[in-house]
Amino acid sequence: MCEYVLKTEGLGISFGGLRAVDGVELRVRKKQIYGLIGPNGAGKTTVFNMLTGVYQPTRGTFYLDGEELKGLSQDKINQKGIARTFQNIRLFNNMTVVRNVMVGFHNLPKYKCSFIDSIFRTKRHRDTERAMRARAKEILSIFGLLDERNLLAYNLPYGKQRKLEIARALATNPKLLLLDEPAAGMNPQETSELMETIRFVRDKFDMTILLIEHDMSLVAGICDELTVLNFGQTLACGETSEVLKDPEVVKAYLGD
Amino acid sequence: MSAFIVKFKNIKWKRYTNYIGISLVLLVFTVLTLADSLPQSTLFLLEKIGISIILSISLGLVVGFLGELSLGHAGFMCIGAYIGGKTAELLSDVGVEGIFALLISVVVGALTAAVFGFIVGLPALRLKGDYLAIVTLAFCEIVKTAFENSSKESFGGPMGLRTPRFDKHYLFIIIFSFILVCLAVMQNLIRSKHGRAITAIRDNEIAARATGINVTKYKLLAFIISAAFAGVAGVMYSFANSTVAASAFDYNYSIEILVMVVLGGMGNITGGIISATVITFLNVKLTTMLTGDNAVLKDLVYALILVLIVIYNNAPALKYVRERYNIRALTDKIFKKRSDVSYDTDDEGKWDRVPTKIKMDELLSVDVVVRESVIDPDKEGKE
Repeated sequence: MCEYVLKTEGLGISFGGLRAVDGVELRVRKKQIYGLIGPNGAGKTTVFNMLTGVYQPTRGTFYLDGEELKGLSQDKINQKGIARTFQNIRLFNNMTVVRNVMVGFHNLPKYKCSFIDSIFRTKRHRDTERAMRARAKEILSIFGLLDERNLLAYNLPYGKQRKLEIARALATNPKLLLLDEPAAGMNPQETSELMETIRFVRDKFDMTILLIEHDMSLVAGICDELTVLNFGQTLACGETSEVLKDPEVVKAYLGD
Repeated sequence: MSAFIVKFKNIKWKRYTNYIGISLVLLVFTVLTLADSLPQSTLFLLEKIGISIILSISLGLVVGFLGELSLGHAGFMCIGAYIGGKTAELLSDVGVEGIFALLISVVVGALTAAVFGFIVGLPALRLKGDYLAIVTLAFCEIVKTAFENSSKESFGGPMGLRTPRFDKHYLFIIIFSFILVCLAVMQNLIRSKHGRAITAIRDNEIAARATGINVTKYKLLAFIISAAFAGVAGVMYSFANSTVAASAFDYNYSIEILVMVVLGGMGNITGGIISATVITFLNVKLTTMLTGDNAVLKDLVYALILVLIVIYNNAPALKYVRERYNIRALTDKIFKKRSDVSYDTDDEGKWDRVPTKIKMDELLSVDVVVRESVIDPDKEGKE
């Protein structure tokens, strides 16, 4: 067993001459809620995009549970155990809520069902479909979305869409969950609800969570450790309370 | 016995509407043919409609469920028609004829079309939106030109390939049976996890990738299946006509198939079947009714009817009429009881109700094919 669920070594990427991210070192332990913060344009989402295979890092590498994942495609990385949500919600809008979650089961060996099985609607197909649906309902009930399961996803209110996105990511049975600004556009009450949800997810699913957030109350409230990025480089990292007091960090956020 | 009745009551009839509809049509017309009361023209019409329905369902998979715009469907059909016709010819040389020859031709034609679907799809599906439309359009033209310029011995050249005759009275039965096969494959696929993956790609490709779906694989899969059934339709075409001429499979024909899909509603198989029937019926009727100097009016009347249908479907002023008098309302009325009582609607029942992603009017204006904005690679995953 490896000490860190996620470990990056000198992770960096250049777009032409621009070093968007350089030398990011993340060490995320199991069952930790780890925050990645920084001013706008610091490269936080770029880090996420590298971790999920949207971009291929030009320098450095990263490991999930000791296994190097650099260079894999997005779907392979997801199969290895990194799931993510997006800053702007990306649901399968024209599908029902329950089917959104069921898409997440696609690669689980438990629900293996070949193309031929599906075409002929064999027993195996029916059994896996039933099992998937039951499991999807379980996950939805955890997130309080069970009553909305037959709605099309875009008919959900904003907060529930966020929850559904997390539910879908969890359905892929990841080892590490990346949340990209989960509290964006939420009012304080929704944010505190979301904090509860994130904590709950960690405890219920034994999940390790890496999140990007601008809402400092949320960050201070739930993150165990933080890394602060500024202009693509690590400004500070360590325990949340200490990092937030760091004069360099305060300077980056508020100016001199 | 009572257990059987309960089981019977629990059958989700809505799922089988398409099968039942097609089977009923097949049954009625088979009986009429056996009674020898159908004129040749009606049989011809039935064959044409059947072929259109197969085309509409198969293109519906790519346009309606995968959300990609393919303008080369006639190309795959053309391959199916020529290869199937040629196979039948070769088979008749060695003495295999009738239904066996037909079935073998269908398999060969469908497989060849599928192979071409793979060859075209592999590079083309990495393109997005308009680019795919252009590549498939070009493919269709290439296929057409290639067959037109083939030698007289191989594929008949510009005069077209002469195909062996098939007993005209019963061809439509075979065509309609293939519609049932096609329906079964499409519906079962769409309702499975593989179909979910395909619809997920349509709804949000980036999210689909992040959810672990191999986007290229599923795009190819949908494309290949669609091409294979276009090939089946092509083979049927070659059996329904005594010659196969490449000039029939031009750009306009691809557009006509697309119109059937779009008019029926994206991702709506039943709608595709109905619109394929209506459009083919209109086409054939207008061709036979307007003869001589009036023949030029055909396209005009056809276009006018299409415009009227589009207006009827979209005009806000007609909303009330639409909601009151439509097929959905009718079927809902019939199935009302069933859908109220113990009918857990969270089954796949809603799969065919997805609203359109590509706007109908955008597609119908042929020269301006607009798609959802192409995703800027720099912004992928963020925006």
